Amino acid sequence: MRAAVITFPGTNREGDIAKALRVAGADVVHAWHADYDLPQGTDLVVLPGGFSYGDYLRCGAIAGRAHIMDAVRAHVAKGGYALGICNGFQIACEAGLLPGLLMRNAGLKFVCRMQHLKVEGVDTAFTSQYSAGQVIKVCIAHGEGNYVCDDEMLKTLEGEGRVAFRYCDAAGDITKENPNGSRNAIAGIYSENRRVLGMMPHPENLIEGLVGGTDGLGLFESLVKAA
Amino acid sequence: MKARVIVTLKNGVLDPQGKAIEGALKSFGLEGVDSVRQGKVFDIEVETSDKARAEDLIKQACEKLLANTVVENFKIEVLG
Repeated sequence: MRAAVITFPGTNREGDIAKALRVAGADVVHAWHADYDLPQGTDLVVLPGGFSYGDYLRCGAIAGRAHIMDAVRAHVAKGGYALGICNGFQIACEAGLLPGLLMRNAGLKFVCRMQHLKVEGVDTAFTSQYSAGQVIKVCIAHGEGNYVCDDEMLKTLEGEGRVAFRYCDAAGDITKENPNGSRNAIAGIYSENRRVLGMMPHPENLIEGLVGGTDGLGLFESLVKAA
Repeated sequence: MKARVIVTLKNGVLDPQGKAIEGALKSFGLEGVDSVRQGKVFDIEVETSDKARAEDLIKQACEKLLANTVVENFKIEVLG
């Protein structure tokens, strides 16, 4: 599986995500925001976390309109995979790859801590190596992770099983630990064709026992298996 | 020509920043502040001196980048 990790000005998690993908067995190449084309043979596009363009205007707004995003939209339209993490999720929403967007955390504070997530469905390329309803522990680090969409879209996302992860407590209760006010405790969503996943938490931080756990590895292993 | 774009949050969209500012104003003892919603202002200069063309250009700028119409409204004022 060949993954192209895109770096925008202000991206800072491209190294971590590349490492996580390599640990899972992927061939990783780097791409630049001003490129017009994705690297040859790209199966998965990764939009990493960070603060593209200093979060100016709206988080992800300027990066979401970079040249390379035309190529990313074409890649997804052809059935290619894309993964947006944290700022990458914000970029994916601003680029129209995913519905809704991420607003300022309801509590106004930047939240940086470990967080439990409930894995909703396991019938996708991103989550096949987890079990349905599994509670995983990863970390979150964001100031604007409050997922917002209109009522109709929320109904569609829920009805079509497009919520990938929800914030929860250690026991899997999704009513207990919503760190940012996201609707229905949504931590990650899929596109209509389930080829794009956007999520605020950082699974790429949890790939080695020595540094906190391996609960994030399943996502990358799922992707390597799928493509 | 100069123009001003005002971007505001749509009704019903939670605005925690506006709420925090509102709380601060109330804490100063300013009587009569009901609520605060925070928005953005962009002052833009355009080459054309044709008002309709300026409006059209700036509308495109709003729709393409300046506002995210999922949660925001925009208003264009061509100042001449």
